[in-house]
Amino acid sequence: MSRFSTPLSDVPAAFAAPALAGQEVFRGALEALSRPGRIVRIAAELQAPSGVQRAAAALALALLDQDTQLWLSPSLADPAAAAYFRFHTGCVLAPAPERADFALVAARELPPLAAFAPGTDEFPHRSATLIIEVQSLVAAVGAASGWTLSGPGMQAPIGLRVGGLGAPFVREWAQNHRRFPRGVDAYLTCGDSLCGLPRTTRMEA
Amino acid sequence: MQTGDDAQRSRWMGWLARAPLAVLESWAARAPRPEFTWLRRPETGLVMLRARAGGSGDKFNCGEMTVTRCVLRTAEGEVGVAYVQGRSARKAELAALADALLQSALHGERTERELVEPLRLRLEAEAARAQRKAQATRVEFFTLAREAGA
Repeated sequence: MSRFSTPLSDVPAAFAAPALAGQEVFRGALEALSRPGRIVRIAAELQAPSGVQRAAAALALALLDQDTQLWLSPSLADPAAAAYFRFHTGCVLAPAPERADFALVAARELPPLAAFAPGTDEFPHRSATLIIEVQSLVAAVGAASGWTLSGPGMQAPIGLRVGGLGAPFVREWAQNHRRFPRGVDAYLTCGDSLCGLPRTTRMEA
Repeated sequence: MQTGDDAQRSRWMGWLARAPLAVLESWAARAPRPEFTWLRRPETGLVMLRARAGGSGDKFNCGEMTVTRCVLRTAEGEVGVAYVQGRSARKAELAALADALLQSALHGERTERELVEPLRLRLEAEAARAQRKAQATRVEFFTLAREAGA
């Protein structure tokens, strides 16, 4: 378009009100991880890059900064999305999952959970946090199909139906849970909704 | 490696960064005022300035400087970026707007003529004046050999 080189020509604006929205989304992220299985809606006004869900973009905007490395799964790693997160958060793009502090992943492209940093027994917080874009995310009370979640933050087991993550994920999650205090934490996002899955959560299909 | 156009842009961004607010305001009163959206609203922070001892020695952290930055995109699609000295959000906005207009085929030349050229002459004259004043107080130590590069 222009004779001047700028990667910003196609980058959408992010949060309409950055400070307030960042706090609101951060609050939502805390709520989601402390009450696993509860579906949290992100109401903050923002423009996400094309192909990235709003809740996933909002989480990344609220959580990333120049000290974090972000890994984007192949279908999300187009230059426009990469430029968006680089510009708005200052984050560094990780070349591979094992280097990532945060990963933004489409469910069908999710690498094995063991590919991400699990932290160490001394420093379990040095683990990766995954933001997984799924096709549907529904709280399923007493449903026959779907997952049953239990563990800290839940008084009684909670039902959750997730589109796009199958039996292999449930198996890997069980391994992830057994590695405690090491392991990854995850957010599942779908459109405006998100749901937290900390490593302490037990999952049965 | 910067191309010629980018080098030119980095020069004018440098002039705009040091422009007094009054100069930018008086230009803005006459300049075209395109519609724009913010990509990054003005925000103030600190930038660590690094220098080299004697201009050629080791790098060291000279001190922090207050900088205000912003990024906007005009309706025509040009992206204007500003990093300006001080805390004035208005100054950052006008500098970013000027940067966007300078890239535009329609307004570039006019903005160059009405803002950047006078600004360059003014800042160069100020620098020359400061240098003359400093030179006038220079002390020559005739008995000592001049240090290399002085």
